[in-house]
Order: sequence, then structure tokens, then C-alpha cells
Amino acid sequence: MAAARDAIRTYGAFVALVLLVLYNLVFTPNFVSAQTINVNLTQVATIVIVGVGMTLVIATGGIDLSVGSLMAISGALAGIILLSSQPPFDNPAAKVAAAFVLPVLAAGAFGVFNGFQVTRLRIQPVIATLVLFIAGRGIAQVMTNGNLQAFRNESFQYIGLGRPFGIPFQVILMLAIVAIVAWAMRATIFGRYVLAVGGNERAARLAGLPVNRVKVAVYAISGLLSGVAGLIVISLNSSSDANQVGLNMELDAIAAVAVGGTPLTGGHATVVGTLIGACIMQLTRYTLLAHGIPDALALVVKAGIIVAAVNVQRQRSS
Amino acid sequence: MPEPAPLLAMERISKSFPGVVALREASLRVGRDEVHALVGQNGAGKSTLIKVLTGVYRRDAGDIVLDGGSVDFRSPQEAQANGVSTIYQEVNLIPFRSVSENIFMGREPRRFGLIDWRRMNRESGAILHRFGIDVDVTKPLLNLNVAIQQMVAIARAVSFDARLVVMDEPTSSLDEREVATLFDVIRQLKRDGVSVLFVSHRLDDLFAVCDRVTIMRDGETVEERAIADITKLELVARMLGRDLNEVRRSGSTSFAASAHHAAGQLLEATDLRRGHALQGADVSVRAGEIVGLAGLLGSGRTETARAIFGADPLDAGEVRIDGTAVRFDSPGDAVRARIGFSPEDRKTDGIVPWMSVRENLTLALLPRLTRLGVVDAARQREIVDRFIKRLGIKTAGPDQPIRELSGGNQQKVLLARWLCTDPRLLILDEPTRGIDVGAKGEIQALINELADDGLGVLMISSELDELTEGCDRVVVMRDGRSVAEIEHNEATQGSIMAAMAHGESQEGTMA
Repeated sequence: MAAARDAIRTYGAFVALVLLVLYNLVFTPNFVSAQTINVNLTQVATIVIVGVGMTLVIATGGIDLSVGSLMAISGALAGIILLSSQPPFDNPAAKVAAAFVLPVLAAGAFGVFNGFQVTRLRIQPVIATLVLFIAGRGIAQVMTNGNLQAFRNESFQYIGLGRPFGIPFQVILMLAIVAIVAWAMRATIFGRYVLAVGGNERAARLAGLPVNRVKVAVYAISGLLSGVAGLIVISLNSSSDANQVGLNMELDAIAAVAVGGTPLTGGHATVVGTLIGACIMQLTRYTLLAHGIPDALALVVKAGIIVAAVNVQRQRSS
Repeated sequence: MPEPAPLLAMERISKSFPGVVALREASLRVGRDEVHALVGQNGAGKSTLIKVLTGVYRRDAGDIVLDGGSVDFRSPQEAQANGVSTIYQEVNLIPFRSVSENIFMGREPRRFGLIDWRRMNRESGAILHRFGIDVDVTKPLLNLNVAIQQMVAIARAVSFDARLVVMDEPTSSLDEREVATLFDVIRQLKRDGVSVLFVSHRLDDLFAVCDRVTIMRDGETVEERAIADITKLELVARMLGRDLNEVRRSGSTSFAASAHHAAGQLLEATDLRRGHALQGADVSVRAGEIVGLAGLLGSGRTETARAIFGADPLDAGEVRIDGTAVRFDSPGDAVRARIGFSPEDRKTDGIVPWMSVRENLTLALLPRLTRLGVVDAARQREIVDRFIKRLGIKTAGPDQPIRELSGGNQQKVLLARWLCTDPRLLILDEPTRGIDVGAKGEIQALINELADDGLGVLMISSELDELTEGCDRVVVMRDGRSVAEIEHNEATQGSIMAAMAHGESQEGTMA
């Protein structure tokens, strides 16, 4: 019985995903078209990219509510750069490079700020990241005067619209990020430190681990990845709207992490699980939509999945 | 005259788990109005026997007769409802709720459907008062110290009309005064007609308060006797299955009598001050020395150790390593200076419970096992295998989650964590607490060996035997201050206790 539970915990999410896919293969017309797959993967990509950062933060026992706002800030800054004709941004190559690098770094810097609040000021992560959740979007709106920034820049928009080998670029980016971080969690000292800090912070500290540095790092990474996700979103829309970019992303990311099997209490992390979790949520929504069920009801189903997933995990801690 | 029927009779209890036989026709008989000790190493089966009694496990065979009636509890709640309550080492109460709420949790007295606070507070106060304890029952539990929390747990058990109270290692977190209070409570329980089953590794406690003792070994009941009819040495010998004469010869700890060749001054901590906890602590350790740090609970021993290790900041005072003044801002600094610290509380400060033995063992060594950020897994495995062998750590494999290991083996892993870093100075806070006699001996012997190899050891211990037999010097602390320093040949239980109580050793106070 305990073995069965363990199996559900470890493989449950994956099996659920497979079942969903099978169901759609049989019952949903046009499921296997390249378009359907691309649309679904595209929607999932930004959630997963942010979710990877969220997985790391949750693994240390924290949480990051600011990811959506950081996406907005990143999008706003990129928009400003792309629309600017002032030097050094009049050089097209410099403009694109800066539009990639500066927003991501800015989001990362805000992530460091989150980390600073949690470690130096000893503010609970929920509250600390709530600060930017509330203020971050406001900052983005101030940066753009509340205006929509429409732009056209093919080199830049490759991140959202590019299709190497027919696969959307952000999907490749998503898979690369998942692979790298999953490997890092297993094989690098940083990954092991993240899990130790989440597993027992006091013990980790007494074992000589740089606990504060590890925590700041995970919030910084969450910020950087949010920055990247923001760039993808504005590329897809060819515009940056500070009111819309990254809206509700924090909830989607946390849901993906929870459904994927990473316990919200910390100490254990599965980045691949987050990928699967996001896919399950996306596919559920798609399945319901494709069969005519109103979106509102789909959200209720989504909530039900989260409850079920967290419940399966709960057995692990008892 | 026929003997009165026992309150509890567990006969021929057998219990197996996949791959291991935990109980082999074990038996336990607790009389009425009796305080009964249950002793044995970890793995002897005593916790399994208790769990069978209280309904956590179902027995495979055997009978349990409580007060004349056959019983078969299916859950701890059922056991409690039938008069068998258990008090655990880690008190299972709710810290944010008040004393009276905790005592009556789940069965609050009602009046017109609402909780009758006045009655609840009154009755809680009455129960505690009967045990000679006077606290404000409306205050939350977390403001009270561990000892009082334990009394509250006992009060709760008693309020359930317990006939038998099982106490699992009740004294391990208490100081002398609190232990005395607990013993008074136990004697009161006896007078009230409640029997107590006292499970403990602390021999002094057993001999102080228990009437009879049951000794278990390897899943079997080896002996049952009146405490008055057995000596401590004999008890230890029966627990270990060792020859009594051999135990008599080599003392009750595994520390060797040889003096260690102390070399250079490794650690010099002077006038350490930190708020109320440390008010001028001094301690020094030479390479190859074992220095004991003695004192009552609250005397500042752990605070001193933590301050030296950089875990807590100092208000004032100086720490010198090898003659050079150092300032450790975090344990990381101390680790880099090749100092190790094994904390008192394995569970909260030591192990990362969901991680494997391998990961826990190498946690402090990781920076040295890493190249370009990647951990050298092969070298890690090799080191782990080596230390598992060297320390005799009993584990299903290096990838077993550490929380599944027994206390003694967890402690060995934590020691190995520091040993594999090749430290110069090792600070040990109660290294043998809560561990069975066998593993205790192994750890003591290991510490001895390390000192012989040139390591400096600062050992905090509440066991006077360990201090008198194992240490080259004993520094006694009281109220945050070092008050005496006693050499090995003058360190007796009496001199140490005198220093703890009055603050002076035979030769006079420390400067």
C-alpha cells in the first residue's frame, strides 16, 4: 500500500499527462495537428520558464509572488529600448542585444532585492515578494506612462515568433532551461545546497553552507527567468502592455510546481515535474475547451487538479 | 500469599517486518502502583514493544492483558481511551495554545454548547497543582520550558484517566532540578494508583525512581527483576550481553584511561559575552586533548560552543585559533578554519531528513569535492563507503534517507560529516545523548581515538561518567561563566557537581 502511494507520488503526474494525451488522441478531432501542438506548447513555455525559477525558490522553502510583475517590468524596459532612437540604441544590433540583456538583468536585480528582503531583513517570502507583486506592475506602468508600446523588430521577436525546424523557439528555450536546471539540481554543488537549505536550514547553516547566498541566488534566478518570459510574451504580441504582461503568472507557475510534485514545504524539487505539471494544466484546459466546456468551469477543474496533486504529496510528509 | 495480578501482562509477543524480526516472544509485566523500567539497546525491540502495546503496530502473535481483560488496540487513540497514554521525547502538544487548552484538547468541557473556559482552567490548574506545579494555565505553551511542557503532557495523560503512563526518554532534555520534579510527579502518580512504564537510557534515573526493570536484547526479554536486586554494572552487562567482570574492569564508558599527549594551544576562547546567555566564558583546548564542558542546563555550554563556531555573534570576547585571533561571522568561516561542530539536537540542527546518508555525510565537505561547480560523485561515493565502514554505520545503503536510521547511527553520520573534513578541532555537544549503550561506547571509543591522533576535542556532556573518565580537563560553567577548571586526576562526580553547584573546584576558582 505504501509502495503504491510512493509510485503514485513519483510517477503520478507523468501518468496523468499520458492519460490526458491519450484521451485527446482518441476523442478530440484535429489534436495531432502541428498547429494544436504548437499552440499548446507556446502557451506552456512561458509558464514553465517562470515555473523553473519558482521551483528553485519553493525548494528553499520560500515563494515568489513577484514573477508576473517582473515580467511586466522586463517587457516595459524592452519596449522602451526597441522604440528608442537615441544612441547607443540607434545601432540595430546594439538595440536588439540591449533589448535582450538589460530587461533580463533588471528583472534579476529585482530578484536580488527579493532575496535581500528575505535574508537580511528577515521578511517572510510571501510578504517580501508581495511588495513587488503590488509595486512592480506599477513601476512598469510608470516606465511606459501606462501606454501600450507597439513595435516591430524581427531579430528581437525571434525569441517569441522564431521557428527553427518548425518548433517554436521558446519551446526549445523552455526545454533547454528545464534540462540545464534539472541537471544542475542533481549534479552541482549549488543544486545540493538549494535542497539542503530547504530541507533543514538550521542544519545547513551549521554545516557551513552559505545559506543567505543560496537564498538570494534562487530569487535572482527566478527574477532572471521571469525577465526572459516577459520578453517572450511581448514578442508574441509585438507589443508591451504593462497592464497585461505576466498577469496571474505567479498562480500558474505555483500551480505547475505543485501539480508537478515539488512539495511547497521545500527540501525536494523536480524541475521536470514542473514541466509536466504545466502541461497537465494546459492540456486540461485545452481538452475542456475543445469539448465546448466554458472556460470558467475549466478553471474550477484546474483548481480541483491542484487540490488532488497537493493531497497526494501530503502523504509524503507524514 | 499469591501475587496480585499485574496491571499489564504482555506475553509471548512476536512481531516481524519484511526482512527483520523485531520481537521474538517478548514479554513485559507491569504491576499495579509500580514504576517499571524498560531498557535495552536500539534494536533490542523496546520501542517496537511499546508501539505494539499502544496500537501503532499490530502484533503477529501473543497476548496483551490489561487489568484482567484481553486487549488489542488498533490505534493510539484507542489505547488512550482505554487508559494507556504515552509521553514522547518530543512533546506532542501545540505550542501556540495555552496550557489548559492543551490538556483538554479534543474534550473541552462544554456549557450550552460553548467551551467552558473557567471550568477548563480550573481543572487544569488542579491537575498540575496536584503534581506540585504552579503555572498560569492560560499562557501559551511555548513560553514555558521543556520540562513544564512535559508535565503538561503528563497532566493530559492523567486527565484521560490513564491507568498506565508510558514515558519515552522523559529526562533527556531536563536539568537536575526538573528531573527531581518529574520524579515527584511519578511518585504522585504511583500514589494515585497509576503505573508508569519508564523507557530510558539514563541509568541513574532508572535507579532513582523505578521499582522493577525489564531488560530486552535482540527482540527478546532477557530478564525482569526488582531494581533493588541488581547493580548498574550488572544491568549494563545484561543489556549488552557482555561479561560482568569485563565491564567492571574497563569502566562504564569506553573512554581509555590513558592521558593524551597534548601539543600546541589550538583553541583559546576568552571572556566570551553574549547578552544574558554568556557572561564571561573561557575555555581552551590543546591539540590531542579532550576538554569537557560541564554545567547544568542553561549554564551556557551550548552557547559557548556556538559562539566559538561562529553560529551566533559575540558581544565581546576573543577567540584565538593556533594563537591567531579570529572572527567567525558564520559557521562557514569556522568550517574553512577546519573546525567541526556536532549539535545537541540532531533533528532540528543536524540532519537534513529527506536527504540520503551519503548527502548528509558529505554536506560539509562538498566544496572540496567540487570542481567547476560539479560534484565529483565518484569521490563522494568512495569517501562515504569508507566512513560507513570505519564508524560501523548501520544502514541499508548510502542512498537510504537518513531519517530512517536509528538515533545512534544518525549521530555517527553527523560525526562522519566532520571527520571526513579532516578537522583540527571538533566541538561535540552531547554526542552520546539519546543513544543506546552499544553505539554510545563506539562513539566514545572513536572520540578517544581521534584525540590520540592529534585532534583537539571540546565535548559538552551531561553524563558525569563521560566527563570523569574521558576528559583531560573539565571546564565547569554556571550562569554563562566559566567557574572552574578541573584536571583529569581530580575530576570526580563529586568535584564536578560541587563546581556546578557552588562554582568552585577543590583548588579554587578560575581567574
